[in-house]
Amino acid sequence: MLLRRDVFQAIAEPTRRAILLLVASQAMTAGAIAANFDTARPTVSKHLQILTECELLEQKQSGREIYYQINAKGMKEVSDFIEPFRNMWDDRFNKLEAIMKTYKPKK
Amino acid sequence: MERKTKIDAEEGKQDLLITREFDLPLELLFKAYEDPEVVSQVMGTKVVKFESKKHGSYQYETTDEKGNVLFKANGAIHEFSPNKKITRTFEMENTPFGVQLEVYEFEKLTDSTSKLTMHVIYESPALRDQVLKLPFAQGINMAHNRIQDIMSKLK
Repeated sequence: MLLRRDVFQAIAEPTRRAILLLVASQAMTAGAIAANFDTARPTVSKHLQILTECELLEQKQSGREIYYQINAKGMKEVSDFIEPFRNMWDDRFNKLEAIMKTYKPKK
Repeated sequence: MERKTKIDAEEGKQDLLITREFDLPLELLFKAYEDPEVVSQVMGTKVVKFESKKHGSYQYETTDEKGNVLFKANGAIHEFSPNKKITRTFEMENTPFGVQLEVYEFEKLTDSTSKLTMHVIYESPALRDQVLKLPFAQGINMAHNRIQDIMSKLK
């Protein structure tokens, strides 16, 4: 099972984009966020989990409540247009490294 | 241990620097740039022509199952010094991105690690930025396609 999703998949989903917009102005609890959507509460929880995993949101404990807020560092990654280019090269080099680790020269 | 790829692209310049440290001995790292089979796997394309020598040239081509050409690129090799340096051009055919000059420098770090520095020079700062944005644009397109997929399933 692939748990780590990339940020572009995370922001591809309209509800998740709406959540980011909502939370951008103030930190909110999962319940308060869910109240803004017709979607079932568990679905919203799932979206929050994905956004947190992708480091676009972060959790902040305040008393007994958990608040969700924008993770500035993660959001910067999305806006930083060089990052996908760097990822592309990183993937290529990772592949190269993996191939060469098992490389058998011909004859 | 994570060996990250670093990109240095100063604003307004027409070049960029890509650096990466590998958990591979220098000779093995260089081999990856010498063996067309490895190049083909890393780049995800068919290698049509591959002459690893000065005055040599290379051609890549990717086709779909129907034989339509999806990607075509080529370049000329100006220097090919094993375990040290490759200087070559790279051009994606039928695109507005022009020809880029690529200087690859290979360095030994330890007996089992090495470093690659790629200096890429584009025809203009504007072209460099367009190429930098390519994967970003593709990422967005993929996102759009995914939205379309989801939407069409809802209908």
